[in-house]
Amino acid sequence: MIVADRKNVAEIRDMIKDHDRVLLVGCGTCVTVCLAGGEREAGILGSALRMSLKLIGRPNVVVDECTIERQCEDAFIDALAPAVADYDAICSLGCGAGVQALAERFPQTPVYPGLNTQFIGILESQGVWTEKCLGCGNCRLGEFAGICPITRCAKRLFNGPCGGSRDGKCEVNPELECAWQLIYDRAKALGILDRLESIAAVHDWSTGIDGGPRKVIREDQCIAGLGPKA
Amino acid sequence: MTNQEPLILAFCCHYCAYAAADLAGSMRIEYPDNVRVLRLPCTGKVEVDHILAAFERGVDGVIVAGCLEGGCHFLEGNLRARRRVERAQKLLAEIGLEPERLEMFNLSSAEGGRFAEIVTEMTERLARLGPSPLRRDRQSTEQHVAQMTREAEASHAGEQE
Repeated sequence: MIVADRKNVAEIRDMIKDHDRVLLVGCGTCVTVCLAGGEREAGILGSALRMSLKLIGRPNVVVDECTIERQCEDAFIDALAPAVADYDAICSLGCGAGVQALAERFPQTPVYPGLNTQFIGILESQGVWTEKCLGCGNCRLGEFAGICPITRCAKRLFNGPCGGSRDGKCEVNPELECAWQLIYDRAKALGILDRLESIAAVHDWSTGIDGGPRKVIREDQCIAGLGPKA
Repeated sequence: MTNQEPLILAFCCHYCAYAAADLAGSMRIEYPDNVRVLRLPCTGKVEVDHILAAFERGVDGVIVAGCLEGGCHFLEGNLRARRRVERAQKLLAEIGLEPERLEMFNLSSAEGGRFAEIVTEMTERLARLGPSPLRRDRQSTEQHVAQMTREAEASHAGEQE
């Protein structure tokens, strides 16, 4: 899932300083699960923003909350469309994709981010999320016993480990697991250590973000004319 | 009580602080009458938004009072509550309100005197801090607090004996 965390209340308050009616929009998908931007968090931020605005002498600014199922799909934004006309700005508690989806749907309304989108990751333990995937567009997890050296090795080595691996930890940060130690241990447990004997090929980075924003097309699903627009 | 006295909302666990408040009454122990007690089945029921709602509606201070650590009837409700109180304190600082207006206390149902001490301690602290800059007129805040209390009672009706 996409993992995010909330911006500081003062930063959000400053972003919306030119507006008198602001709609905080929560998202019911990834950011609800990572406790950053779901219905409860939207309520908490709404309350915090109203109090903060009052304390700086702007008690009349209206801040309301509304949470939709998914901000990154236009069809789900339908639920929001009637309300948006009553506000002069939106603060999205979605990920970066959600913010931009709202901005595309409502071209006349300024949209501000309430969250800092961090990474694609998993819930490691209660309240702790860790990064697992960079979305490089060319997955090679099969070669590395299911552990991604691109995301989890600080040097992104495909033929590791480097000399900075100490007692299973990374020299970059002693709290960071050495990805190559993890790869070795798991490959050993799976009885596939021999796979690490061969030199891993140079990665094809052309599928990554460096060539500009990417697009995935499923032609059998592309039916022109579907999907409402504001 | 005058309108100048700080208004405190106390989220009290049914098994400890609420019983302790009751005991304080039975023992004829006096404590400031500016506290409003909201009974919960466990402090683990308290969420950050409940605390913020109280401040937004104009209370001067909030107490969350749960069982002694290790003594929660729901094993870890009071530990969760403490973490939430800490988060709410950080949010209050971000907002620009003194985090000291919110405090978590642990006590047992036998500590009527301790309940009185806690209320006194918070009342004195809030008197030093002065009224909340988010204060509304007293009547409106009292009505909101009464409404929150009614809603809390309705939400856990039948959960205890």
